[in-house]
Amino acid sequence: MVLHELISYDVLRVIWWLLLGVLLVGFAVMDGFDLGAQALLPFVAKTDLERRSVINSIGPVWEGNQVWLILGGGAIFAAWPLIYAAAFSGFYLAMFLLLVTFILRPVAFKFRSKREEPKWRARWDVVLCLSGGLAAILFGAATSSALMGSLFSYDPASLGVTFKWTSFFRLLHPFGLLCGLVSLAMLLAHGAGWLAFKLEGPVAERARSIGSKAALAAAALFVVGGVWVAFLNGHQIVSVVDPAAASNPLRKSVELVQGGWLSNYAAFPPAILAPVLGILGMLGAAWALRRNLPRRALLASGLGITGIVATVGVSIFPFLLPSALDPRSGLTVWDASSSHFTLFVMLGSTLIFMPLILLYTAWVYRILRGKVDVAAIAKGDTHAY
Amino acid sequence: MELDVVALSRLQFAATALYHFLFVPLTLGLSILLAVMETVYVMTGRDVWRRMVVFWGTLFGINFAMGVATGIVMEFQFGMNWSYYSHYVGDIFGAPLALEGLMAFFLEATFVGLFFFGWDKLSRVGHLAVTWLMAIGTNFSALWILIANGWMQFPVGSEFNPETMRMEMVDFFAVLMNPVAQAKFVHTVSAGYVTASVFVLGVSAWYLLKGRSPALAKRSMTIAASFGLCSALSVVVLGDESGYLSGEHQKMKLAAIEAMWETEPAPAAFTLVGFPDPEARETHYAIHIPYVMGLIGTRSLTTEIPGIADLVQNAEGHIRKGALAYGALQEIRAAGSSAAIPPAAREAFEENGPWLGYGLLLKRYVDDPTQATPEQITKAAWDTVPHVPTLFWAFRIMVGIGLFLILLTGGFFWLSARRRLEKRRWPLQLAVLAIPLPWIAVEMGWIVAEVGRQPWIIEGVLPTAVAVSNLGAATVLTTLLGFTLIYTVLFLVEIKLMLKAIRKGPQHPLDGGPGHGPEPLRDAAPGAAPAFTPAE
Repeated sequence: MVLHELISYDVLRVIWWLLLGVLLVGFAVMDGFDLGAQALLPFVAKTDLERRSVINSIGPVWEGNQVWLILGGGAIFAAWPLIYAAAFSGFYLAMFLLLVTFILRPVAFKFRSKREEPKWRARWDVVLCLSGGLAAILFGAATSSALMGSLFSYDPASLGVTFKWTSFFRLLHPFGLLCGLVSLAMLLAHGAGWLAFKLEGPVAERARSIGSKAALAAAALFVVGGVWVAFLNGHQIVSVVDPAAASNPLRKSVELVQGGWLSNYAAFPPAILAPVLGILGMLGAAWALRRNLPRRALLASGLGITGIVATVGVSIFPFLLPSALDPRSGLTVWDASSSHFTLFVMLGSTLIFMPLILLYTAWVYRILRGKVDVAAIAKGDTHAY
Repeated sequence: MELDVVALSRLQFAATALYHFLFVPLTLGLSILLAVMETVYVMTGRDVWRRMVVFWGTLFGINFAMGVATGIVMEFQFGMNWSYYSHYVGDIFGAPLALEGLMAFFLEATFVGLFFFGWDKLSRVGHLAVTWLMAIGTNFSALWILIANGWMQFPVGSEFNPETMRMEMVDFFAVLMNPVAQAKFVHTVSAGYVTASVFVLGVSAWYLLKGRSPALAKRSMTIAASFGLCSALSVVVLGDESGYLSGEHQKMKLAAIEAMWETEPAPAAFTLVGFPDPEARETHYAIHIPYVMGLIGTRSLTTEIPGIADLVQNAEGHIRKGALAYGALQEIRAAGSSAAIPPAAREAFEENGPWLGYGLLLKRYVDDPTQATPEQITKAAWDTVPHVPTLFWAFRIMVGIGLFLILLTGGFFWLSARRRLEKRRWPLQLAVLAIPLPWIAVEMGWIVAEVGRQPWIIEGVLPTAVAVSNLGAATVLTTLLGFTLIYTVLFLVEIKLMLKAIRKGPQHPLDGGPGHGPEPLRDAAPGAAPAFTPAE
């Protein structure tokens, strides 16, 4: 009896499917408000001091939040190497654009207030706004390919993956753009909630006004997306699957069924909670922002984001990345994971470190609690951005 | 080298890695130096130490942002440009990367915010704890990435699975405790400490030359010189350990560094300088020092170090076995179920499986390695030799600078112990001029480690040429140009901001600023205060 066999391979795969969800939600909720606040920067803050207060509201925390993305990348590499190998190379140019936004963001934060000239600062403000907004749209657009399927296939001899170069342009498909807008709207609402929570005065007021509209838009666009999905081809495995078999995507047969992505809700009715949470969360955020209840707004938009991200995962289960080009190449929970042993080792590591991370992150937010001290920024506190 | 996808992907990886590594060593070392300075501040309560933390912290912050920005590119690039690599070894290589996020990045990134923003929100001891946690997190990240890289140099604890067509982890502990990774970790972080020490030393020397903030500058130099000297010695000791380990696990790398074309009788001589010629396969105008190479590579006077020609001959044998393994693997995969595998194929794979990677070297010349001609096998065997002149010179530049920096930090250690830092101007000028040296050395170190592993991406397991993604050359060229453009602009901006912050200098003691309120100014008299006096 070897230790890792305490948990069977198929159970570990489902656990890692859930953990993947936790990481994506963690990233969307934690880094989401930074990205949203960045995108809102020029619209909610007019004077330099207002802008600095927006930047300083996320200044102490964005670096930690961004690690959710880095950990997401690492965890996908470790637990779902086939997804990592296929998606990152398949969406090469989209990934490049995303990287550009994530290269410019830290630099913009650090460099912006290091010089006095208004022109210099205005330039970095544009960079902050665009990098936040573009990243939000790109994440949404990339999600669309999980629903529409991407254009890739596996070579049976080497199990090397080949993507069609046109994959990038599929992200510009109207459905891709719709998903991008859902993502942008929900992160704007979330970022507005954060700004309302951390700031006072005209900036918070403008954030509330824009944020409640964005939250309503997110809910509405999400519903439109749901209707659209009913007309998309869902992928269904039609061969017998051994959920504990070695990871080889070519061992299954797949059929396309229009509206097939909705079949999980018929098979497992509680799954409907995910989209319901998405819609109610966003409506709740809109309501709370209008009522000037920023803490509740932030909580509601966080839950809304959780619901929206979970909806995608639940709808396409057991698929993770379906292929529209060669459906049997599509990657699923049962054939895209790392080995039994690695999944076990990584689960153990996550169980040790994740509680610690949550604990010290919570401690840091506690230390930083309360409104941003605008007076200290105005005074020229050298450590403020 | 023609500019195909392989060459372009390598070029992009090298460019982004070397660029990333302009920022990492300074972050590694400065984080520790900041923690040390702040410890002294908390223990003595002397305000000059707090101002040191604030001042060097500003430079740390500018540098840290660039490290973060360029680091994400590194993590994503494995999947983007090295898709088959990611598939082939993700089961092992992904684990340390994920652990790096879990254990290191969260720690450093969560606390770096509080380091800058927490001065007024935390007690002195609380802030000190934050600084240490940030420094520990930063150094942990180096541990995990070098465990990953150590595995690429010496792939332990894993085996090939024909069903999934990839390497899979069988012994996590072996991957963690990989001796190559351990030596690399200490060697690399020590190099980072030296980099930061020389940086602090040089910038402080410039202040002394200008007669500015002497109390702060002299204390900074004392810390930097002692920390730098210990680290520089550690770099050499662990560099030597790395050399010894490559003598065991990467004989070709060692032979190429030495441009040792033929096996020499033990103990081999060390070639001090010379001009290696890969065409003629000899080194012109070589100056030898007897015995030294044998001692470094084998730590004995009787063990031979194999030369390049002999190693190539060995490789030929491995490639023949690898071709057999490749053929057997095709039969195993064609069989479908494990019951249908012909026993002969199973046996052939069991026997030759470890050399499968060598078989894949033939992919460059022939689609089916089992059909390779003897000429192709010989060619592929010579491909196992990395570019000798590059390694030969990169290694010598690295070691030369390393030895010089021991003298430099040692000299300043002596000067500061004798309180003679301001006696003469030339050592200070030398320290300013020496600032770029550690960066040159660490970049050369990367070249030795990574070019020295070619043609392998995983030593003996997977050739670099088959590890790339199925991308068009034009696509990779586009992103290569994109990264180059952005990185160049950011580099210029970063240097300008650094210089501006250095010119502006530490805040004046009377300025106040972040911290714990006004404190007695004990170093107001320039140059008068000795480096260490007990707190009153």
